[in-house]
Amino acid sequence: MIRITIPFHLRTLARVEGEVSLDIGGEAAPTRAMVLDALEERYPMLRGTIRDHITKQRRPFIRFFACRQDLTHEPDDAPLPDPVARGEEPFMIVGAIAGG
Amino acid sequence: MTAVRVLVGTKKGAFILTSDAARKKWTISPPLFAGWEIYHLKGSKADPNRLYASQSSGWFGQIIQRSDDGGRTWTIPGGEKVPSPTDPPGGQSNKFVYDTSADTGKPLTTHMWYDGTQHRWEFKRVWHIEPSLTDPDLVYAGVEDAAIFRSTDGAKTWHELAGLRGHPSGQTWGPGAGGLGLHTILLDPTNPKRIYIAISAAGAFRTDDGGKTWKPINRGLKSQYIPDPDAETGHCIHNMALHPSRPGTLFMQKHWDVCRSDDAGDHWREVSGNLPTDFGFPIAVHAHEPETIYVVPIKSDSEHFPPDGKLRVYRSRTGGNEWDALTSGLPQKDCYVNVLRDAMSTDTLDPCGIYFGTTGGQVYASADNGDTWTTIARDLPAVLSVEVQTIK
Repeated sequence: MIRITIPFHLRTLARVEGEVSLDIGGEAAPTRAMVLDALEERYPMLRGTIRDHITKQRRPFIRFFACRQDLTHEPDDAPLPDPVARGEEPFMIVGAIAGG
Repeated sequence: MTAVRVLVGTKKGAFILTSDAARKKWTISPPLFAGWEIYHLKGSKADPNRLYASQSSGWFGQIIQRSDDGGRTWTIPGGEKVPSPTDPPGGQSNKFVYDTSADTGKPLTTHMWYDGTQHRWEFKRVWHIEPSLTDPDLVYAGVEDAAIFRSTDGAKTWHELAGLRGHPSGQTWGPGAGGLGLHTILLDPTNPKRIYIAISAAGAFRTDDGGKTWKPINRGLKSQYIPDPDAETGHCIHNMALHPSRPGTLFMQKHWDVCRSDDAGDHWREVSGNLPTDFGFPIAVHAHEPETIYVVPIKSDSEHFPPDGKLRVYRSRTGGNEWDALTSGLPQKDCYVNVLRDAMSTDTLDPCGIYFGTTGGQVYASADNGDTWTTIARDLPAVLSVEVQTIK
């Protein structure tokens, strides 16, 4: 199971609390694209909120973190860190902080 | 029992204000969609319990919400969870994709940017939602970058009426300060194939064939801020309104000038008359008097607050030119709020109720045609839109 954290407003939209856990399945090491595909499949209301419907391009104020690393600019098909694949660490979808 | 429901969209959520027909005591709902910008929410005339809301965020984009019980509960149409992998895919209510198909669409070209260069067409948000007058599942959306979309399944899926964006003038359309938004959609109650729209800052357009083809309707408008003040397009229209009994008569608040047309937009003439400033954003028509109209004069350039710190609604009972200030109950000193284009509406009771919201978070209401006003909400987030439903 992959653990995923999503921003507050998207948890509200998806009507979930806390982390989301998804079974990505398959033998291949999970990638960001696989995780986002599975997340949108399970929660279709999130389509278009993290990445564009058509181009799959990340929305500008969204970042991806895991294991104390910024993975935002890693390729979509790069394997996620092993602790994420093993479910020990969450894959974090983060909205940029904006305030005073 | 007759009731009035005021739908308020704000910078940080939506609120529903309700009252009985006396319109003296109001209750304010807790915030809906808290933290999100609600550019607009509006109810269906065919089914008053059917509401649509445009929910957007700079972070997460566009969402469309729908209520089938007058705003008590909301769903993202078609966006429900998929209980099992064998179920059909969920909805795409927030999927607004310009139609570039060979059969029904238009090539995605470019439009003019602020500096006169060409800029890629990009969907940003829904500015205005206009439910059909007869079918609760039929609804139109005016979006930025300017285009009109239609849903025939209660906002589950959207399809662009691409003939508008594909008009030969499309590449000359440039954004107003707030973006290239299609903000006004008026449906002709006597002719379902006739729709009027307005875009900042491209101008007004009309279709007479249900949205396949569109015609600019800006003749008579004069705008000194474009190279040709009488150009066919390029005018910064802020809002338009019509009375359902006279759908060929249109009223317009332009960036500067209040105008009217009596031939479905083919020709316009200025009716600013004695207004203290002819700049403003909303314009509304009395529910029972087709020649009685309301505007809120605002100071410009760029100040965008009422002249002299006095919040005054101006009413004309002659369809323009002769205006009276309505001040009773409105702040008459130190008031520096704005009233945005979709933030004024009327009920259909008698006497007619007039409502507007401010960027300071106040919602004002008059239950006597505008003669006197009361504050029905004082401390909301900045108000982006106000729509009113008269529930009988």
